[in-house]
Amino acid sequence: MSMNEIHPMDKLIRADRMPHIWCSGCGLGTNFICYLTAMEKSGLDLNKCVIVSGIGCTGRIPGYTNIDSFHTTHGRAIPFALGLKLANPELTVTVFSGDGDLFAIGGNHFIHAARRNVDINIICVNNFNYGMTGGQFGPTTPLDAKTTTSPYGNYEHPFNLVDLAAASGAVYVARWTSIHVRRLSKSIEEALLKKGFTFIEIISPCPTNYGRRNKLGDGLDEMKYYREHSIIKHGINPKEADLSFNGEIVVGKFVDIDKPTFLDNQPDMSQMSVNNKK
Amino acid sequence: MNNIKPAVLTGEHFMNGDYACAEGALACGCRFFAGYPITPATEISEKMSRRMPEVGGIFIQMEDEMASMNAILGASWAGVKSMTATSGPGFSLMMENFGLGIMMEVPCVLVNIQRGGPSTGLPTLVGQQDMMQARWGSHGDYEVIALTPSSPQEMFDFTIKAFNLSEKYRLPVLLMSDEIVGHMTEKVVIPEEKDIKIVNRKKPEKYTDKYLMYKADKDLVPPMANAGEGYKVITTGLTHDEKGYPAMNAEAQEKLIKRLCDKILKNKADIIETQEQETEDAEIIVVAYGSPARSALSAVKLARKEGIKAGLLRLITVWPFPDEKILEVANKVKTIIVPEINRGQIVREVERCSYGKCNVISLPKLGNIHTPYEILKVIKEVSL
Amino acid sequence: MNLSEPKNKDISKPPDYWRKPLDVEKYKIPHGAVHIIIERCKGCEFCIEFCPQKVFEVSDEFNSKGYHPPKIVSHDKCVNCKLCELICPEFAIYITEDEPMNII
Repeated sequence: MSMNEIHPMDKLIRADRMPHIWCSGCGLGTNFICYLTAMEKSGLDLNKCVIVSGIGCTGRIPGYTNIDSFHTTHGRAIPFALGLKLANPELTVTVFSGDGDLFAIGGNHFIHAARRNVDINIICVNNFNYGMTGGQFGPTTPLDAKTTTSPYGNYEHPFNLVDLAAASGAVYVARWTSIHVRRLSKSIEEALLKKGFTFIEIISPCPTNYGRRNKLGDGLDEMKYYREHSIIKHGINPKEADLSFNGEIVVGKFVDIDKPTFLDNQPDMSQMSVNNKK
Repeated sequence: MNNIKPAVLTGEHFMNGDYACAEGALACGCRFFAGYPITPATEISEKMSRRMPEVGGIFIQMEDEMASMNAILGASWAGVKSMTATSGPGFSLMMENFGLGIMMEVPCVLVNIQRGGPSTGLPTLVGQQDMMQARWGSHGDYEVIALTPSSPQEMFDFTIKAFNLSEKYRLPVLLMSDEIVGHMTEKVVIPEEKDIKIVNRKKPEKYTDKYLMYKADKDLVPPMANAGEGYKVITTGLTHDEKGYPAMNAEAQEKLIKRLCDKILKNKADIIETQEQETEDAEIIVVAYGSPARSALSAVKLARKEGIKAGLLRLITVWPFPDEKILEVANKVKTIIVPEINRGQIVREVERCSYGKCNVISLPKLGNIHTPYEILKVIKEVSL
Repeated sequence: MNLSEPKNKDISKPPDYWRKPLDVEKYKIPHGAVHIIIERCKGCEFCIEFCPQKVFEVSDEFNSKGYHPPKIVSHDKCVNCKLCELICPEFAIYITEDEPMNII
């Protein structure tokens, strides 16, 4: 094998930045390549595809993506993405960020963007903790799980992200794990082509922090766990999509509906005036 | 189609400062407004909600001010001129991503119709207490541009000026107005579209593999590629190199932050604007900005009637601070009086820049504007 | 979905009890050439564990970062499914299409 090998995905990544910063056994690289595969298969014009993130380990994904990419601040990826999309509706805007970024500091932005049905795609990598800052508990950390800020076990109830997304108004809601590479790629492709606010949660291993402190083994062990404990239940009520500490992981596509987006609902000024109703 | 109105409402109007600000933005091409209602800036949002659909732009009422600030950064990256407007409490929230705008070098305009603080403070009464926050409110080292209008007409004119400066120097520009100017209703003349000077951001050459996101020209400002144009934009709030890649080292930090500051400091002569009245032979000068500049002008005129050699130096650009102008004035006069609707913020800058060459007197007031007679009283005292 | 571990059976050699179909020459098994960019590997072993054909195993060698990259045990087994390409977090494995193989 020669020294100048070109991986087929190198055209979609900023290959001069490889290797990336993620740990051995982290699922982010796998999730990332699933996204790239989906984007390639979708047939979308890559010059019109945009990726936005907040911070954290997942937040580094845009920096490695060879399309228009924006690495913003803590929790603010969604409003930034919303600005991009509304100002130029030709763009396909995807937010790729972590559970802490999107649902703790950015939780308010998430529910409101979903409520407005802004046509953006959210991919949330859920690794059950704040990875980059060293493994603190977050809004998705299961009860009793140990993190650096829950040394006696987490005593806060976690969010069920798919239920939250569906209740907030997302038109497409799915959950997969890092092992479901083909289903995940297919799902991301569907979301990219879907009009409206879409949400995909990816359960992903964090061997260095979450996995290590909870004795889940290394990244490979977590991936094996997903393979053995995931159960696909398409179309079920997201409320019942369980995700417990040591139990089964319900995955699948839970919501796929159509409704007018924020831009669809803009006033048609040829028909309307504030003073005189049409 | 008869409901579609022009963006530039050429003619004479009787409107308040907030409305004039909104019209100024529309007149210079702003087509994206994201805001969160807050007294006394709400009228800007209300005006925008009515006018944006008329001109084919987007108005969005966000969930909070952090979101508003981010949304306008995103919209600007999509190539659309964007603006938000707020007051004290919202300004505090916007400071977070004002910093992101500085770091990513995003042209946009942030309007602060100042009210009394701290905290929720005096929602319906005037303040100029955010002047230092405007300078230092976000963390880290950076330089800002802040303009201070004194009338509804200037709300219109300076909003356009703010957009032009933001596009030219690639940063969020602050329009630091106050409740009195925002709510004051006066004659506003909107010129014809062809007479409005508009500056648009520099665009890069056609994309090649050698294209660098943050390679600055001689003026220290890098040309800006928008999203969707095929440039493979890469930008981050992290310290970055010319490629736009995160660079976690001291050399990159030194190089980037120095350039971000220098692009303002080395272009100060182009950015700074002040206005002088009756200063040629003045022995006492009132340095004022925003609504107190109106009282100050009256006070100076009253003093002149009484034979006192008083003058007014009005700061149109408060940041970057016109330090050379202040030193020039300090060398000529005996006393500088600085009336402000705060406990004395800009007066510290005046003191710093006058190097003890003259006497500097702070004239603080809270919750209300100084009357001309209050300023006149001090002018008379120091003239003895 | 059956998520149990795939059986490590060699489909290139059909069981003995198989009757040889008359048209067996017409059908081919897809075949891929595996490429490993050794310097990108961080040794997570996802490829080794999840390859349905068990093409890889841990190598005794180190790359310059000290990780053990995978090595190819049986190149002939690869059926060009590209799961390794999709699951490798490091962009370190890819498959190019090779001449299809005969069933027998």
